[in-house]
Amino acid sequence: MSKTEAGGASAARPARERPLSPHLQIYRWTIPMALSITHRATGAALGVGGLLLAWWLISLSRGPGAYQLVMHVLGAWYGRVVLAGFTWAIVYHLLNGIRHLFWDVGYGYAVPTARGSGWFVLIASVILTAALWAVGLGLVTFGGVHP
Amino acid sequence: MSQKTPLGRARGLGSAHSGAKHFWRQRLTAIALVPLVIWFVTSLVARSTGTYEEARAFFSQPLAAALMLMLIGAGFVHLKLGVQVIIEDYIHGESTKLALLILNTLYCAAVGLLAALAVLQLFFAG
Repeated sequence: MSKTEAGGASAARPARERPLSPHLQIYRWTIPMALSITHRATGAALGVGGLLLAWWLISLSRGPGAYQLVMHVLGAWYGRVVLAGFTWAIVYHLLNGIRHLFWDVGYGYAVPTARGSGWFVLIASVILTAALWAVGLGLVTFGGVHP
Repeated sequence: MSQKTPLGRARGLGSAHSGAKHFWRQRLTAIALVPLVIWFVTSLVARSTGTYEEARAFFSQPLAAALMLMLIGAGFVHLKLGVQVIIEDYIHGESTKLALLILNTLYCAAVGLLAALAVLQLFFAG
């Protein structure tokens, strides 16, 4: 086969879809998988939350008027729903991030351990979020924290 | 047995030449963020009923301002690296991927810088 013939044959070959490895929808949902996806989702959500953090800090540096506006929005029911969501996202991402750091140094890979630590992170994130809001709303006070 | 050339072994890099740096930065910022996030969240919760003046007074303390700047720095670098991986994993079109990667970098740099400048302004205004 000459060079020109080989070139012609490859140029004439029709383009076809290459096979891809299966994606999310093909697998049975497991706790480690759900938590891994949630880790990414909470991370991305906290990125949007960074905008809220910047807005809050800028308003504080601007003066009482700008600050009152932000606190008014955050104090309204919708603001509180968003803040509660961010609280859970940051607590979850923190706890699950620590779980990832343990994996990075080689601990907790056994399947029962990974499942157990997953359930622990999930339940602890909900309890901790509720505890933070209970203290923040003044339902629970530790001597002197809330005047 | 390693298939690497002696030069490849000495350099210690994989085929992409830069993945290890990304991995380390993601972990380094993660480790730094553990105490910083705990400090920030508990500080906020403890002051949730505070006034405007009390919030300003908080950031006029050198330690609080320094920790806040570290939180912002580590946080937005961590965010940039994390979202970059999400984009690389799920966006397959080259031009869309490139556009989103640029947007991600600019977003993190801009929002992080604005937040950091606000903290500096709060600290120096006292």
